[in-house]
Amino acid sequence: MKNFSLKNMKKTTKNHFITYAMVIIVFAVVQFMVSGGMMSSLMQGLLVPLCTYSIVAVGLNLCVGYLGELSLGHAGFMCVGAFSSAFFTRYMEDSGMNPNLRFLLALIIGTLAAAIFGCLIGIPVLRLRGDYLAIVTLAFGEIIKNVINVMYVGKDSSGLHISINDNASFTLDDTGDMIIDGAMGITGTPRQSTFLIGILILLVSLFVVFNLVNSRSGRAVMAIRDNRIAAESVGINITKYKLMAFSISAAIAGAGGVLYAHNLSTLTALPANFGYNMSIMILVFVVLGGIGSFRGSIIAAVILTMLPEVLRGLADYRMLIYAIVLIAMMLFNWAPKAIEWRQRFSVKKLFHKQAKGVQ
Amino acid sequence: MAMLEVKNLGISFGGLRAVDNFEITIEKGQLYGLIGPNGAGKTTVFNMLTGVYKPDDGLIRLDGQDLIGKNTIEINKAGVARTFQNIRLFHVQTVLDNVKIGLANHYKYSTLTGILRLPKYRKMEKAMDEKAMELLKVFEMEDKAGYLASNLPYGDQRKLEIARALATEPKLLLLDEPAAGMNPNETQELMDMIRFVRDEFDMTILLIEHDMKLVSGICEELTVLNFGQVLAQGKTSDVLNDPEVIKAYLGE
Repeated sequence: MKNFSLKNMKKTTKNHFITYAMVIIVFAVVQFMVSGGMMSSLMQGLLVPLCTYSIVAVGLNLCVGYLGELSLGHAGFMCVGAFSSAFFTRYMEDSGMNPNLRFLLALIIGTLAAAIFGCLIGIPVLRLRGDYLAIVTLAFGEIIKNVINVMYVGKDSSGLHISINDNASFTLDDTGDMIIDGAMGITGTPRQSTFLIGILILLVSLFVVFNLVNSRSGRAVMAIRDNRIAAESVGINITKYKLMAFSISAAIAGAGGVLYAHNLSTLTALPANFGYNMSIMILVFVVLGGIGSFRGSIIAAVILTMLPEVLRGLADYRMLIYAIVLIAMMLFNWAPKAIEWRQRFSVKKLFHKQAKGVQ
Repeated sequence: MAMLEVKNLGISFGGLRAVDNFEITIEKGQLYGLIGPNGAGKTTVFNMLTGVYKPDDGLIRLDGQDLIGKNTIEINKAGVARTFQNIRLFHVQTVLDNVKIGLANHYKYSTLTGILRLPKYRKMEKAMDEKAMELLKVFEMEDKAGYLASNLPYGDQRKLEIARALATEPKLLLLDEPAAGMNPNETQELMDMIRFVRDEFDMTILLIEHDMKLVSGICEELTVLNFGQVLAQGKTSDVLNDPEVIKAYLGE
């Protein structure tokens, strides 16, 4: 009996270990390629966005796969993380603070801000279910983006000035510095995000979600997803666990946003950055990678982000190929025949056979 | 003092009086049956006892504690656990995890402790694993702990629901048609098991059932509901021989 539960535990731990190892190996290989000059600067420029999308996809997968709620507003949480952290970095720029410490604080602030927004939005939104929840989160994502587009925040010797009309409604003195300039966004953020930082944040996000779903709280979240009425009947506080999972999911998206913001010298809340297209793109990563599989989300995010760049030479055909790859991945993941084929030729089974042969 | 005391309980849905003036008193350790034709309001009574429906009037007291106005979660914490007529398990989780979810309110640790894997996490998880396996052993399911709940045979799913309910350490266990869909052998096994649970856990059990063999075999007292009203109440043998009850079941 003990033996069994141990074996069971090992399986999930092994699964986690493979994911961590995969991320670290990819990091090592990329570092090797960069130092050996085997990677074009275009690809190098993609490394941080790859980490960003992977992190946000992991966060969204917690919401979609484990909480079982479809959110189309994760770009909004990413936006909150990006702007709050970039604001902090710009505000503290002249304070002489150690840049590394400042980045760490920015990361914490961005993550917390996204978590708070996740909680605030979650309170009304999580009462809804299914399509309604998807539509309302979609709207919230757009609202966040639009609110930031009309925000004007400036700093001078007399303190902070905030307006939601235009930048003429307050005048800054000589020491003045416009931090958020409405639709122009935040400019001049130091580009502190590196591939290493991205990988570290990704590993921490994985650590959080893996440990969460294998804990008491994670089981409660999944119980609510599987059968809400039964979960209530065994005394699980539905609202509390839903909000908790949603906030953590938003916080991880916020951390991705921090990484994103510190990779750009000009941060604007454009539809291309934080619009619903972004939310849907991340949802595509989650669905194609397999709902509930964090490793799959990362793999899908990497493949689908790299693909358009790799295919750049094919000009007009590249979106066609992108679409075909999407369909192929979906078939590979979900078609019964493909699943059967995968099970027959799985690496695990090959190892298993060998082990049996030895015995 | 009675374990469960219900007086004058009633609820209406629109113009329909689904349950009216329902009364029941169950002593500690009793095995009590609630029977009645289809649509008599038996499950509605269960739903009122567990806070799914708010009764329009009446009084529910568990071990002296007033349950009226409490929600499902509070009522479970006060000591009422139930199973469902249509099985409601956490299907894509393992048998062991299903029981551990039931245990969650008695082996508490914070979300942060879980994420950071602090020593308390390991201690609590170990205690939960042991307790859950103990419960599964009672139901002879310890070798199936790693199965997905949805992969269990029907009879085992029913048993797992009872195990999960018991994991919440209730004072009163409500079983909604536990023998539904079982063959005579399985029903016999279930009867032995319900009796065993009562003796082993010193449990008070109220069950809804259509299977008269099960009801007459294990229930000490019965209440018969018909059209939302109590038709007969008392010792099982007396109630089952009551001409009014026979009329309600078989017609005139």
